[in-house]
Amino acid sequence: MAMTATAGHAHADPHHIGLVIEHPGPASKRIVTAYGFWIFLLSDIVMFSCFFAAYAVLSGQTAGGPKGSEIFEQRNVAIETVCLLLSSFTCGMASIAADVRNRFWFYLGMTVTCVLGLIFLVIEFREFADLVARGYGPSRSAFLTAFFSLVGCHGLHVSAGVLWLLTMMAQVFAKGFRADVLRRMMCFALFWHALDIVWVGVFSVVYLLGSAA
Amino acid sequence: MSDQSHARSDHDLAPGEEEQHSVGTRILGYVVGLVLALLLTATSFFIAGTDLVWQPSIPVALIVLAIAQMGVHLVFFLHITTGPDNTNNVLALAFGLLVVFLVVGGTVWIMAHLNANMPPMDQIMRMQ
Repeated sequence: MAMTATAGHAHADPHHIGLVIEHPGPASKRIVTAYGFWIFLLSDIVMFSCFFAAYAVLSGQTAGGPKGSEIFEQRNVAIETVCLLLSSFTCGMASIAADVRNRFWFYLGMTVTCVLGLIFLVIEFREFADLVARGYGPSRSAFLTAFFSLVGCHGLHVSAGVLWLLTMMAQVFAKGFRADVLRRMMCFALFWHALDIVWVGVFSVVYLLGSAA
Repeated sequence: MSDQSHARSDHDLAPGEEEQHSVGTRILGYVVGLVLALLLTATSFFIAGTDLVWQPSIPVALIVLAIAQMGVHLVFFLHITTGPDNTNNVLALAFGLLVVFLVVGGTVWIMAHLNANMPPMDQIMRMQ
């Protein structure tokens, strides 16, 4: 009997974290929701990797049009990068505030995140509009097609993120820090941080490599 | 799947969730992450525009810095760690990375060779 009990314990604690629950049952809804969303984020990153691969292959195919180094402005990219980095930080602050149910810091963190996200979007939109106005639209060359689809896809994600952010603020305002609202907030924070990771790839591969080459 | 169960006594941590820490410790984690990310970003931008280093090393340096910064984001912002309560999240991440490397690496590899092995376009036209 003693042997069986030990074996049972060893099985219930496969990683030796010293926490033995014989029948823990299904994971809590918070874990299941966030895990499912994590899987979605990874598939989203896989989708982005296809755009990155297309860009890597086509970045030299300029068809007589401009090269990357001729159209990228590093100053704008630096401002965009700092905006997204700081917004990731303030988003983290907002999720901590949500966990301790502090409305003031939650609204403040989310508002700053929203403003930084909007600044990012405005700079990106002006860059796109300027390129199209100079005749360097997505149809000019394969390089520009790949550039607009990769960076534009990230921009669309950020736009969706800003809408989601406003929805979360409205839900906290209307419903308070309920368990389901907190779960959505956790998914939103994951989404926003993942966008920042994709942007690290974008500014390194597209803008910095493009202007170095 | 109880809705109320906020108990951290579960075996696993949700992605993005930290082990139980005080608010101060959690904020400190984000500050450290932000500082590291800003440092790596500044280095990337500096390296891209400098003449101080050997020029062919710049693309490699940029990619290494980007991967390092993604790691910083994963650890400090998304709280994906190597802890035992994070195993599921790390395994999912590992599979995602496998697909990403297959797609990007495979595409670049194959397309580079296709380019090298194909005759120029006007020759193909003449063959028809």
